[in-house]
Parts: sequence; structure tokens; C-alpha cells
Amino acid sequence: MSPVLGAALDRVDGRAKVTGAARYSGELNLPNLAHAVLVGARVPSGRIIGIDCRQASVADGVLTVLTHLDLPRVAARPKLFPSLFGLTAHGQSFFPMQDDVVHYAGQPVAMVVADTVERAEHAATLVQVNYAETPSVTLLDQGRDQTYEPAKIFGGLLPGRNPTRGDPEAGLRDAAVRLDVTYRFAANHQNPIEPSTTTAVWDDLDRLTLHDATQGPTATQLSVAELLGLPPTMVRVVSHYVGGSFGAKALIWAHPTLAALAARRVGRPVRLVLSREQMFHSCGHREEQEQRIGLGADRDGRLGALRHDKTSLTSHYDDWAETSLEAPAVMYAAATYAGGYRLARGNTITPTFTRGPGAATGMFALESAMDELAYEIGVDPLELRLRNHTDVDPSTGNPWSSKGLRECYQRGAELFGWSGRDPRPGARRDGDWLVGTGMASAAYPVAAPMNPQRARARMYADGSAVVEAGISEFGTGALTAMTQVAADGLGLPFDRVRFVGGTTDLPNIAAAVGSAGSGATSSAVHLASTGLRDQLVGQAVADARSPLHNADPAGIVVRDGRMCLRDSPQTGETYVELLRRNHMPDVEALGVWQPTPPDGGGHGMFTFGAQFAEVAVDADLGLVRVRRLVGVFAPGRVLNRRTAHSQLMGGMLWGLGQALLEATRMDPHTGRWANASLADYLVPVNADVPDITIDTIEVPDSVVNPLGVKGVGEIGIVGTSAAIANAVHHATGRRIRHLPITVEDLL
Amino acid sequence: MKSYAETAGAVEVADTAVVRGPNAVVVRLSVNGTIRNILVEPRVSLLDALRDRLDLTGTKKGCNQGACGACTVWVDRRRVLACLTLAITCETREVTTIEGLSDGVHLHPMQQAFISQDAFQCGYCTPGQIMSAVAFLAEGHAADDAQIREWMSGNICRCAAYPNIRAAIRQVRDEAGTSGPDAAG
Repeated sequence: MSPVLGAALDRVDGRAKVTGAARYSGELNLPNLAHAVLVGARVPSGRIIGIDCRQASVADGVLTVLTHLDLPRVAARPKLFPSLFGLTAHGQSFFPMQDDVVHYAGQPVAMVVADTVERAEHAATLVQVNYAETPSVTLLDQGRDQTYEPAKIFGGLLPGRNPTRGDPEAGLRDAAVRLDVTYRFAANHQNPIEPSTTTAVWDDLDRLTLHDATQGPTATQLSVAELLGLPPTMVRVVSHYVGGSFGAKALIWAHPTLAALAARRVGRPVRLVLSREQMFHSCGHREEQEQRIGLGADRDGRLGALRHDKTSLTSHYDDWAETSLEAPAVMYAAATYAGGYRLARGNTITPTFTRGPGAATGMFALESAMDELAYEIGVDPLELRLRNHTDVDPSTGNPWSSKGLRECYQRGAELFGWSGRDPRPGARRDGDWLVGTGMASAAYPVAAPMNPQRARARMYADGSAVVEAGISEFGTGALTAMTQVAADGLGLPFDRVRFVGGTTDLPNIAAAVGSAGSGATSSAVHLASTGLRDQLVGQAVADARSPLHNADPAGIVVRDGRMCLRDSPQTGETYVELLRRNHMPDVEALGVWQPTPPDGGGHGMFTFGAQFAEVAVDADLGLVRVRRLVGVFAPGRVLNRRTAHSQLMGGMLWGLGQALLEATRMDPHTGRWANASLADYLVPVNADVPDITIDTIEVPDSVVNPLGVKGVGEIGIVGTSAAIANAVHHATGRRIRHLPITVEDLL
Repeated sequence: MKSYAETAGAVEVADTAVVRGPNAVVVRLSVNGTIRNILVEPRVSLLDALRDRLDLTGTKKGCNQGACGACTVWVDRRRVLACLTLAITCETREVTTIEGLSDGVHLHPMQQAFISQDAFQCGYCTPGQIMSAVAFLAEGHAADDAQIREWMSGNICRCAAYPNIRAAIRQVRDEAGTSGPDAAG
């Protein structure tokens, strides 16, 4: 591998982003562009008994008003399926405006299209809808007496109950120390700063182009094509820059299809942008949930039993729970284990992915409970983790593809200054502030798509290369990292390679979700680039006019675009010389990666890390300030140290938000979110955020994918909230078992 | 790009005694040193005028409610939220957007510092962050990190690049030697 792989290079899209030149999906001012605005249901449950569009229809500039009475029926009922698998990826098994039933507040009931956005927004307020409201369930507490264990969750891919190991009830009964604690979590919304947006354009051959803010252009293409009854060949998706997602744009919701239907109706390009309030009703959320943890341990803290049960609210038509049990189930060497999901049906859109899906809540519960256990038996919290460390995946007994967790603990403890910590709660004071420290482990599964992942590399006769794959850039740094992977594979300088993504015209890559994007895309890009390099080397050794004629290809290396013998570097020639001599304007190769199966061919595949936090709590006011965060992670190979650390930092700060700020509160009387704005849904701002210390431990991994890339999108958030809550306990002696922790909890 | 001082005299004062609207009227804006006439209803925000009518899409719409700061531009060199400002109220003023911050060839030092410090990820809040950062630094509010944290808290970055945003502002401050209130320009 060349030094370009992993180097902390500037983002290739940096200039476009700092000058405002980068165009996002709602920023194409096409000729004759019209604007669609959705009208959401005001009630959470019932039927539409009357809908009056007369005023709206005659308002200035209005082109059409569509309701369930006249919107065309979709060609197929959507089926929820995670986009990682490369197929249709509907966010829920329901499409609005097909009949008069209201399942949740904010469900689209009408769509106004006008010549300007102001006129469309105004006309949307003129649509009169009357409802026959029926009783609703919008809080977990309201559905608590009607919970059920689903046969499957996660689009039917995971069982509702995890495989049981041994006899956990006996394990708990026989344990010297037992803990039985319940943790509650507020609903969370992703709130990317760019709202979900689609611009739909039909051409004169009835082909549809969607400029869509999405984590997976192909996911949008296949999902919309299915709903419209079109072959995928007739739907093209363009998605170059996406203004953040965090799961909101991971699956495909109704608005791209509604934009397409609106555009077809008015015969003009249509832009549909969700309002900030609509973002709370339209793209799923992290569900309100409760998790109960039972721990049984011996006097030394070695776990004999782990029981982990989750109860959460889902929609009327999908069995969705974020997969909170998966990471905790394999974190420690507990001899026995049981865990399962229970669901209650409610008047909600189907919940969905939110950064660190599952693990961010599940590991809060486990790592809070582990801290409680550490205090119960009087062992240092880090020492307790080490005593329960497992060198195999405890759910299968298989080895890990790679781990690196011990190194993360050690490095994190050094960077933080953990050793010598006085464990007594409330013992450290700094003026008005009580100061405490806490730590937690982090784990997140390494997933891969099911379908082959493709990329294409083309080199021109001047020695420059373009490498392409159909991904979008939503802040991960993928454009930059993939340029590095391509430069490494081709043996070219970084600035001679351009990586292009952003449309479904390019080789197919699954949506970048679940931290799998960098692994999937880098694999395809690596194979395309090294494939093209090998092809050119092969051509050189077969070429009687080449200095490398008849050389052994295995003995040839490529540096800065020049192929030469490893043992005799003066013997060689450049790509340019080879191509020009043979009158070849360009040469091309396709890279195809068949992903590693989910069982890793007999390996457990997880990313691990360690989180440390220092907080100060105002003794009188209950204010919590996070003073320091240290996170050390082992994400396999790091493709760009700077962008990877930035993403890990962002994840940790999401953990800070989860711990102390973020909650979407349901008003059960109206059945609507009570704080659906960025003024009322609190996210971390600059003043909330301390400087963050990040380090990565690069453990080689030959199982997960060709370059051993495990991803950095989620692992940063996992465990941060537990480290902060554990630090709050250390500062105050108070154990808060719900998130977020607010001033009221600590007064 | 012309400076405000060069262009201010060129902007004619609108006659406020005349009732205009509610139908579309010609609104005369000076944006980034260029006079532009647009036909818009008086209810059109400065943000939508910039993005939809003038094709200056560098200014972003994140919430349209004045909560996120993504639409931060300068009106007469002062930071305003373009989503809460009507375009028609800016007729006698000079509007500066991210597109006007540099000449398109040489980056403003703050733009370069944002790249060097990796002070963004998705980039959607970035123009607003930069417009805030340049203005509040010039006002002399960046003496230390505590000040930077406070003064930059009107701009939400959901990717949470905040520590790197502070590093970028420190870099520009220290390179320019405008370290605090005494150095305010």
C-alpha cells in the first residue's frame, strides 16, 4: 500500500463547499420549475371525511392540488426493506394519499403545486380537510398493555428474539451479584440541516430524472420505479451533494415518488422540499423505547448471565425496532444470554435508522448497567470490562475478524488519564461544579451489502484516471477517500485521479448505510483500480517493445504512473508511454466485489472502541457541561485519517446530544410531536461542545473486505452517552436511567 | 468584488411612501456588488430571492424559521438570517453572500482555513458558518475559545464539526493578528 492510503488529505469537495458552488438537490433552477408543498394530516388517527381544495385550486399561481381522490394509485404496495441490501428500500410498508385512512399525524393528505414556492406554501394553508378522528396510541405507555413479540424485525431479516445461550434464568438465579435495571429513551430525530428534497423532471421520452437527497441513488431509483410501475431503465437518479442524513435519507420515503407524480401531472419539473416541521413526520425517527437489563455476576464481576429486553413503539403496519440488542449480545463473555424485542403498535410513521442505529441505545443500557455493577462490587469500571473481555464472538464461539479493543482501552485510558481515578461519587469539586469521569465500551456490527458492488476505472493516454461508482457524498468524505483508494490501486499520484459518483448511470453501489459505505465502495474501487493496473502491466509484459517484455507481472510495481521491476527499478516504462505507443486513447476496467457473507465465513465482525468522558455538574442548578471526551476506536483500515477522525468526532458529539439534549416529545392529546423545530428539538451547538480527543487503532482485518475497512460512521456515537451518564453519576452520586439527562433530573 | 463603500452610493433609495404589492413588483437588490432587478411578491424572503430568483444557491435553507443559521448572509456587512428577512426590505442595502466573499479564484482566508481544519462534512451549513465567522471575527469577538463558542452558537452544524470550526477561526485570527476587541476593524 502506498502512503496515499490513510493520508490526512484535504477534502476534494472542499472548495465547492466553502464557496457555495456545490449544488444540492433543491438547487437546480430549471426552466419552468414548479414547486410542490405537502399538506400533512392534523390528526394522528381516523378518516378523511371531507377535503375542500376549491380555494387552494384558484389561488394565484396554483397549477394543481392533489389528494387521495385524484392522485394516481401506486403500482405496488411498498415493503419495508433496509437499503443495505441493494434492492428496493422503502422506509415503510405504506404509501400515503391512496385512501382516506390516517395512520399518523403529518401523513401527507394533499399536495399543492404552484409556480413559486411562496404561492404553493400559501395555497397549502387553504386546503380544508375534515377528519373523523379515532382514538390514538402515540406513546409507549399508551400501548404498553398490548405489546407483542414480533416474529421478525428489520424488514424480516432478524428474529424478534435473539438466540438464547445456555440458561440465563439459572445464571441470574445463581449469581452472587444481580442487577435488574430499566432504561428509557426519548424518541430522536436525525435532523440533517438539508431537509429531504427531490426535484423531478420527466423528459419527452417519458424518462424520469430525480435529483434526490439520498444515501443511495440506486435505492431511490429502484424504489420509485417500483411504485410508478416503471422499469429501472426509465428512472435515473442524480445525487451529488447531500446535506447530511444520519439515517433520514437512508431509506426511501414517499416524497420522491410524490414529486414525480406531481411533475407528471403539471408537465413541468417539480421541486419538493420538506419543511423542517415535516422532517419530523416524514422520514422516520429513533423510536421511543425502554430496555431492561439483567446482569448476573460473581463477586469478581465476571458475568454469568445477561438478559436484555427491549420494548418500543412501531407503526400500524411494520414490525420495526432498531436493533438495540445486537452489539450488547456479543460485547462480553457472558456464559448465558437471552434477549428479545417487544413492540406496541401506535399511530406513528414507521421508525427508522438514526445514527448508531440500535447500538447507540443498546450500549447505553449495557454500559450503564456495567458501571452500576462496577460500583456494586467495588471494581474499577475499566477493570470490570477487561475481566469480561472476550476473544471470541460469544454468540457463536467464532473468532473475531479483528478486534483491537484492549488497545483502545489502554490508549484511551492513557490519553484521558484514567488511572488513579478516585471512584467515590461526589468527591471532586471545582468551585460550584461537581466533577466526575466515566467510561464505556463501544461496539457496532460490520455489515456488508448482499449484492455485488461495482466500480469502473478508466485511464487516459495522458496518465490521468477517472474512477466511478454510483454513490452520493453526504459528508462522509467518500469522494476524497475513494480518490485515495483509486490512486493507491492504480499507482498514480493523488492529483492525477478523479473519483466521480452521484448518479445511477454509474456502476451500482448499495446505499451507504450502517457504516458499510466505505467498505463496500472501497472494495469495488480497489478491485477496479488494481484490475486496471494489472491489465496494463499484463499488456506491457506482452508487448515486445516494452522494457518489461516477458517480465514476471508479480515482480512489477507501479509508482507515480510508472511500471517497473521491484528488484530493478530502472527497468520500466510509464503508463503514458505504453498507451501512446499502442495508440490507445484510454483503457478501462470494471471492479466487482462480491461481499463477505453476514457470518463472515465463520468470523464475528464488529468494530470496537472505548469512550471516556469528564463532566461538571453545577451543584445548585443541575447544569451538565461536558468538559472532555476521549474516544479511541479500532475501525480496521482508516482511508483518510483526517476525515475519519472528523466523522468519529461527529459521532461522539451525537452521543453528547443523545445524553444531554435530544428528545422529540409527543403530545398525546394532539398525537403530534410537540417540538418539531430546530429551536425546540435541541441539538448540540458550538457552546455545548468541548474539544475532543480521538485516536484510532489500525488492526489488520483480512475478512471484512479487501482493504479491511470497517467504517467510522456509527461507532463514534456508541457508548458516548453511557460514558457521560456514568460521569454524571461519578460527579453527583445520582444514577439517571433515562435519556436525555436534563437539569430537572439533577436539581 | 466591489466593497460596500464603493457600491453603497450606487444604490438608490426606494420611495417608501408608495404602496407596493401584494402582486409581484420589481425589487432592486445590490448583491455582491452587482445591481439586480427581480420581479417578486413582497412576501418573498431574501433567502428565496437569492436561491430561486438570483440562482445564488450558496446560501442554504435549513429550517426557514431562523433557528439553524444556514442562511446567514450580510446586509450592510451585518449578519442577518436571510430566511427571516424580506427581500424588499433590502433595496437600499448591500447584500453579501458566500459567492461574494472571494473572487472565485483566491479563497478568503476563512474559506481556506475551513478546508485546512476540516471544519465541515456535508457542507450544507458551511456557507452560513463562514459568513458568521468572518463577520464576528471582524467585530472582535474571538478573543478566546469561550467567546468563539458563544458567538458561533447561532449556526448549527449537525455533522458537529464544531471543534474544527473553532480551529479554523483561531487560525484566521492568529494569522491576521486580529485577536480581540482591541483589534476590531
